[in-house]
Amino acid sequence: MTVQSDRISSTFAKCRAEGRAALVCFVTGGDPTPQDTAAVLDALVEGGADLIELGMPFTDPMADGPAIQLANLRSLGAGTKTADILAIASTFRQRHPETPLILMGYANPMIRRGAEWFANAAAQAGVDGVICVDIPNEEDAELGPALRASGLHFIRLATPTTDAARLPAVLQGSSGFLYYVSVAGITGKQQAAQTSIEQAVAHLKSGTDLPIAVGFGVRTPEQAAAIGRVADGVVVGSAIVEIVGQHGAHAAPHVKEYVASLRAALEIRETAR
Amino acid sequence: MTLSSPMTNSLRTQPDTDGHFGQFGGRYVAETLMPLILDLEKEYRRAKTDPAFEEEFQYLLRQYVGRPNPLYFAKRLTEDLGGAKIYLKREELNHTGAHKINNCIGQILLAKRMGKTRIIAETGAGQHGVATATVAALFNIPCTIFMGALDVERQAPNVFRMKLLGAEVRAVESGTRTLKDAMNEALRDWVANVHDTFYIIGTVAGPHPYPELVRDFQSVIGKETREQIMQAEGRLPDMLVACVGGGSNAIGMFHPFLDDTDVEIVGVEAAGRGIELGDGHHAASIAGGAPGVLHGNKTFLLQDEDGQITDAHSISAGLDYPGIGPEHAWLHEIGRARYVSVTDDEALEAFQKLCRLEGIIPALESAHALAAIEKLAPQMGKDKIIVVNLSGRGDKDIFTVAKALGVEI
Repeated sequence: MTVQSDRISSTFAKCRAEGRAALVCFVTGGDPTPQDTAAVLDALVEGGADLIELGMPFTDPMADGPAIQLANLRSLGAGTKTADILAIASTFRQRHPETPLILMGYANPMIRRGAEWFANAAAQAGVDGVICVDIPNEEDAELGPALRASGLHFIRLATPTTDAARLPAVLQGSSGFLYYVSVAGITGKQQAAQTSIEQAVAHLKSGTDLPIAVGFGVRTPEQAAAIGRVADGVVVGSAIVEIVGQHGAHAAPHVKEYVASLRAALEIRETAR
Repeated sequence: MTLSSPMTNSLRTQPDTDGHFGQFGGRYVAETLMPLILDLEKEYRRAKTDPAFEEEFQYLLRQYVGRPNPLYFAKRLTEDLGGAKIYLKREELNHTGAHKINNCIGQILLAKRMGKTRIIAETGAGQHGVATATVAALFNIPCTIFMGALDVERQAPNVFRMKLLGAEVRAVESGTRTLKDAMNEALRDWVANVHDTFYIIGTVAGPHPYPELVRDFQSVIGKETREQIMQAEGRLPDMLVACVGGGSNAIGMFHPFLDDTDVEIVGVEAAGRGIELGDGHHAASIAGGAPGVLHGNKTFLLQDEDGQITDAHSISAGLDYPGIGPEHAWLHEIGRARYVSVTDDEALEAFQKLCRLEGIIPALESAHALAAIEKLAPQMGKDKIIVVNLSGRGDKDIFTVAKALGVEI
């Protein structure tokens, strides 16, 4: 195991030891400008995020709802390049040597210069793993081998349509953790019923030892706490992206306050027991 | 690349079992959609071997669409160009005025087989939207059409047609508010409604099996052409020419001829205001793009050095898309088909010429194919034969053409 792959598993292990779920926070890189992202990332860490997903902007974010679509447009409108995202990752790593950093986005910007180029550049920037929305297991050859060769986790998505027959395909070649997309839909819209999440997590746990992080539609500390009781991680994205959208270059303190409220809700689990 | 022994090594057996045409095609979709497109593939395999499915498809093509449509010898156009004999495959005579309906009939039959109770589709100019709304009305299935807000403004008559046919038209305000954004929004809707919704994709793009099944449904064009040219001339043509946006009319014409290596195949992309002007001025994915992944498949795309998709432009809304079907990308790569491009102005000239010489108003899309033969036909002997796919009629385009010509109507 490389140092990079250790950050994700050791973070989940640390959270488990603390008796709580890990808080996974997403923001779109370069939103509202590449210069503003570092402060937002710092606010996530200071607010209590355990893992960070840094979104790579794309012109055609097919799986995203309005909040993240707009964030992509703001970022690209500010002229954000792939080089900016890598620089944001690299300087984040210098400031935060322990916090796992995951690049999340769509296939085309990742493979444009070749998957090997991207995997190398991401690894050198101190990235721990990659989530690619539109590369299912069937197209793993496009990106998976390059990521693994560079010591990066390829974190896959499971969804409500992932039945028992499909699950092995999703798990094949995936590592780091498994991201359970709790609603069949796009980011930031509706929230799944708690019982369906509990059933899904149990179903996924029967097929893998990987930590399970649950996301899509998680907004309130109460929701986060409820999911945290059954999953290894809780992912919050659109709600944070909306705060960035609302406050722009001055978003950091607001982001920190919101993230702290989520983290506090996850901590309650231990004291409640 | 040379093509050795095409008969033993057929070019008509693509894609492979994973939906790849060489390095192109594939299934680049969100995990939520994977089980669904695997189901669709299974159901399509079953339908393909079910005589009842084929029978109903053929019945509707004959009695509802009006097939076979003629392969018409364009005598005056031939004389004007002074070279090869020009035949026009008259897809514009189909019900709804274009080739799009062939595919919609096939897909709505699949939707019915799969027990889906809601139809969605994307549309650019509105032709595929109208064809989808038409079959949805015929089969009494509710239907939602996603259309870029900019296209809704530009194509008001087709928006009204869709509404008359009972479809809900949803104007898409995201991104560039055109066809690619309509497709993004349709995919977003599909992901959220996988249990009951069938997505009728309008061209030979998207995740496998769409490029294959749309091609198969459109191949009726090439099959009829083969029979009709044998009847008229006693031999196969020397050249096939068709316009290519996503490329469904073209692949429908080309596919039955892929193994006939004596038949030259020419696809015509939209060069818009000129490829040399760069991004945002053309829609020629092969001439001005590079391989990448968008909307579920790998193919040639208009994109920048970071893989961001760049805007397409063509006077023809039906060609105004930053990608091309993956089978075309493959045919280009192996050299079986040649892709040329035609500017807005050249297409406008060819549009007017066909009106005057043959009394046929072609779609602006098809006018691109007609413009390409302006250069090709005169270089060929009078004993040579070119078949041009007249994929649609131009009634929908008269406002655009009038504006381009500075005429008020």
